[in-house]
Amino acid sequence: MRPSPARLLNILVPVKRAVDYAVKIRVNPQKTGIDTNVKHSMNPFDEIAVEEAVRLRERLKTHVKSIKAITIGPPKSLDTLRTALAMGADAAVHVQHGEEGSAGPEPLSVAKTFKAWMEKQKEGNKIDMVILGKQAIDDDLGVTGQMLAGLLGWSQATFASKVEVDVEKKQALVTREIDGGSEELRCSLPVVITTDLRLNEPRYASLPNIMKAKKKPVETISPADLGLDYTPQLELLKVEEPPKRVGGGKVGSVDELVEKLKEAGITAV
Amino acid sequence: MFQTRTILRCQRQLSRAYATAVPPHALVFLEHRQGVIDSGSLSALTAAEQLGGQVSALITGGEDHVRDLVLKAKKLKGLTSVLHSSSPQYVNPLPETLSPLLESLLSKSSSFTHVVSATSSLAKSVLPRVAAKLDVPAVSEVTSLSHDTSSNSTTFTRPIYAGNAIATVRAPASIPVKFFTVRSTAFSPAQLQEGSEAEVVAVNPVQVNEPVTEHIKTTIAKSDRPDLGVATRVVSGGRALKNAETFEATLYPLADALGAAVGASRAAVDAGYADNSLQVGQTGKVVAPELYMALGISGAIQHLAGMKDSKLIVAINKDPDAPIFQVADVGLVADLFEVVPELVKKLKT
Repeated sequence: MRPSPARLLNILVPVKRAVDYAVKIRVNPQKTGIDTNVKHSMNPFDEIAVEEAVRLRERLKTHVKSIKAITIGPPKSLDTLRTALAMGADAAVHVQHGEEGSAGPEPLSVAKTFKAWMEKQKEGNKIDMVILGKQAIDDDLGVTGQMLAGLLGWSQATFASKVEVDVEKKQALVTREIDGGSEELRCSLPVVITTDLRLNEPRYASLPNIMKAKKKPVETISPADLGLDYTPQLELLKVEEPPKRVGGGKVGSVDELVEKLKEAGITAV
Repeated sequence: MFQTRTILRCQRQLSRAYATAVPPHALVFLEHRQGVIDSGSLSALTAAEQLGGQVSALITGGEDHVRDLVLKAKKLKGLTSVLHSSSPQYVNPLPETLSPLLESLLSKSSSFTHVVSATSSLAKSVLPRVAAKLDVPAVSEVTSLSHDTSSNSTTFTRPIYAGNAIATVRAPASIPVKFFTVRSTAFSPAQLQEGSEAEVVAVNPVQVNEPVTEHIKTTIAKSDRPDLGVATRVVSGGRALKNAETFEATLYPLADALGAAVGASRAAVDAGYADNSLQVGQTGKVVAPELYMALGISGAIQHLAGMKDSKLIVAINKDPDAPIFQVADVGLVADLFEVVPELVKKLKT
């Protein structure tokens, strides 16, 4: 008797090209956004998402059928996809949209894009798990994953710090960071997971893997191919510098420090 | 499909333009932990009040907690009504079980124009899920807002790029229900008011059969100190604290002397000196206490995003060039292991 065919997992990892986290950003003179002529890299939370997908395959071996990365953005976003491929994704999808420096689509449009793309996948390639970063470090909204789960009606586990998958049972056991502690959930597949910083330590892509990534397939599509239009619902009126905080200088000793604290009305309780 | 949607949206916009102005009616998702109303939710209430219309609160949970909470909540200043719904499914709330309730409350016939909550881990999980179902955006971590009744639009400001820029966005009339979460440090918490008595409305829970997600357990880090998110004083430690033992031994006496909550930088959390729940920063908690003491913290962008709205910032660091000194009101260049015990002693005298 032949063993029943093993369940196979298809993972989708959405990634975003964002201004590098170490860059000190500057608001542009027109107050329409920030100066984007700076170093960009993959959103740090998305790196963790890619890493988690790759680690799942390392743990579950052949149970993971595919890891696909997807991004929406200008031609340069391809670099971000190549990074994901070099880290271990098998294939990538580039939804080409906008010019360098232009605003990306709103999270709801992003979620609709992923949903539309997923619905186009053939039987056998249907996505069972989407792993996203918990937020992009540029807009700091942190809503895309939840919106996607809502649109799909899937189970969701946000701010994940630990993920275990039982492919046979079609379940994921997720520990998530919540205010004041943590929470454990049992999610049925298909599931949307968003990553907390503590989930893992992303690997660096090795040079051979970077070379190999150049040969991996990248499918390029447009929002129109998916029947989507990215007209924003919200109007961005302006972007400004936050009020500057000026340091008050230094003191020379603990006594002076205590004095300053007392001046501010702060004493021991 | 898309075309029909655009047409619908246009129609909505047009009909609104001709109709008389719609007064705002906010639904505040009032959170609690074991029957105690979260301070963040009280700030959300204040923000909702600033819209200038009716404010309703929604309380969900197990039957016992909800009964007690309703009695407290109806006395809150600014509330016009308290909606409550209890179900065993809401005891350990999950987005998958809570969102159907919110969706039914926000169905076409409802008068709600805004959905407001604190920027808590639960609300952050639930609200966007519901917003997507209603095909509307969700605005996160709002620091100020104003509503224009004549155009039925709401304008929000919110920090972006880890607080290094402030964006002003307008949610126009074409968005029938405006979802937003509130940065609690930007709004003072709503108070109880003698004599105010909001109307109490029971809402039937929406039972979810065989939910796709199951809650297994919650682990809350225990502490005798004030809660980090609402403390008026915070003492925070960084990587320079060396290890978990010295973190405790150095910071806790000072925190106790000041009656302060303990916080930590991401470096200290990642190195295992302090629990995750103590992290202050873009990816952790955002605090704005009266006093923030940063000990052995260099002041990376991501950390500053979580504390730079504090009233008085005090920094102690060995490195005179540490970026934290650029924002600190009082800086002391010194070895913290030497000066912190001295500081504790001198504060107490």
